[in-house]
Amino acid sequence: MFENIFGIHEQALQLHGQRVGILATNLANADTPNYKARDIDFSAVLSQSDAAPLPLNVTDGAHIVLNDSTAPSADLKYRNPYQASLDGNTVEMPVEQAAFAENNVRYQASLGFINSKIAELMLAINGQ
Amino acid sequence: MSLFNVFNTAGSALNAETLRLNTTASNLANAESVNGDPSKVYRARHPVFQTMMDNSAASFDQEDAGVGVRVLGVVESTAPPLMRYQPDNPAANKDGYVFSSNVNSIEEMTNMISANRTFATSVEAINTARDLLLKTISMGH
Repeated sequence: MFENIFGIHEQALQLHGQRVGILATNLANADTPNYKARDIDFSAVLSQSDAAPLPLNVTDGAHIVLNDSTAPSADLKYRNPYQASLDGNTVEMPVEQAAFAENNVRYQASLGFINSKIAELMLAINGQ
Repeated sequence: MSLFNVFNTAGSALNAETLRLNTTASNLANAESVNGDPSKVYRARHPVFQTMMDNSAASFDQEDAGVGVRVLGVVESTAPPLMRYQPDNPAANKDGYVFSSNVNSIEEMTNMISANRTFATSVEAINTARDLLLKTISMGH
């Protein structure tokens, strides 16, 4: 029952956390010549984590069920700029800011789902 | 946890943009300075930014994804200084010419706006990361 309490949100939270860092890097290097903006292909990573690897065979009660809670590895990809600038920098401030804001909301959404799950479990534990 | 890296990354951007604002202030302050010798006149200075790659740039792992920015150096503009005929200027050379700095005020003002924007964005990124971390810490409460 408790193997995967939070479902996809656990991994989503980690991934969104990493994406904050990547987008902050893009924002920090907005004026760096030849810097190429990077990002995670989110749906690709989540679909990859969805297809779980073959489960370990549990033949004894003492066996520990492997719960792979590490974040799925995400390949960073380069962003395609709408209009490349002359100094080779592909950071487009409004695009990055929009992605940052969107990621922020998604992070908080995942956090909200996890929080409500915790509240639900607490209710069940307390029984009142 | 990558959220903590945001502070380093955005902090390095704050540092770099501060230096950029400093050079802009220096350039604007010296925009009207003159000298009789063209080799001694003030020249506009601009910082050159570089991505701070902690590890090898080839491996884009999640951990070294958070790379900041640093100032590679400050270069002086190679634009020729403006020559003006001002024989009554005490700094004039024997032919009566003074050389004023090659600072382009419009360029400096736009540079300042750009630095201002990037600085504000980095502060916003820090605030957002802090909010997210605080909310994560209070998870389940």
